Amino acid sequence: MHELGIMTGVMEAVETSARQAGATGVTRVTLSVGEMTEAIEDALQFAFEVLREQNELCSDAELQVNMVKPRSRCLECGAEFEHDRFHRFCPECDSFATELLCGRELQIDSIEVDIPDEEDAKE
Amino acid sequence: MHIDIKQPILQKNDQLAAELRQRFADNGVFVLDLLASPGSGKTSTILATIDALRDEFNIAVIEGDIASSVDAERIKAQGTPAVQINTGGACHLESAMIKRAVDVLDLERLDLIIIENVGNLVCPTDFDLGENAKVTILSVPEGDDKPLKYPGIFQCAQAVVLNKIDTMPVFNFDNEAFVESVRALNPTAPIFPLSATTGQWVPAWIDWLADQVRSVQKGI
Repeated sequence: MHELGIMTGVMEAVETSARQAGATGVTRVTLSVGEMTEAIEDALQFAFEVLREQNELCSDAELQVNMVKPRSRCLECGAEFEHDRFHRFCPECDSFATELLCGRELQIDSIEVDIPDEEDAKE
Repeated sequence: MHIDIKQPILQKNDQLAAELRQRFADNGVFVLDLLASPGSGKTSTILATIDALRDEFNIAVIEGDIASSVDAERIKAQGTPAVQINTGGACHLESAMIKRAVDVLDLERLDLIIIENVGNLVCPTDFDLGENAKVTILSVPEGDDKPLKYPGIFQCAQAVVLNKIDTMPVFNFDNEAFVESVRALNPTAPIFPLSATTGQWVPAWIDWLADQVRSVQKGI
């Protein structure tokens, strides 16, 4: 969909957090993306590669996208089950009354950064 | 060094949407976000809806389009306030755009705001606008297989409208297959087959929407 727009927001948030921590560079960005969102992993990677070229702090960063499989809970029998994007009815009792527990995430989980003090300490 | 962030990517949008939702609730306004592809009859459905509900509710429309004010003009011609948002190429509306539009509306006076999202079956799905309900419109000529191709837009909807039902004899539309695939994706959403331009079966949709609007009014 609009992976470039999404990734622009990610870069802003990453840069803010990295600068707050006094980092000189970002080495890894980890995202959680639910399979029920319209965001596509390949397009996220592509957008990330385009944007990091223009971003001094993130120019050497790698992107890790953890895709989250959808899970729902049956409101009738309480069963919890994994499912694909298309079928959300309960496999135990065939009920249609289910609630989605996860699978719609679009989240920045964490970043790995270089901090100058750490490197000094190692030397 | 590892830094935990645990921050939603669309946090800015979601926070603003939550503020808007509170503002709508404080004023007893029901907000409907209409999603559909271009040419499915969103504006015609809005016009038919206004026509049926204008005596009971004060209605305003927020029109999202990449360019032009054609839709807002059609709504205004019916005597209903309409605000046009031109996204300038963006494929969906975001809550910041809605906020700017809402700021020029008289919320206190309104009962129902209908947002016509940009014609698109993909991108508007993931963006919270502070609405009470998202409703997806599909039209018969688009084909019964669309829920299989665009599951997200049918999943996020609180109700599904099947428009242009009067063209059913002309197109090879398998209604049973359509209902079955929507049911699998979204078991609880009611489906309203109708024809916005002929008025056929419009009342069932109107009854549902009017109930939603009244339930919000009771809340304040």
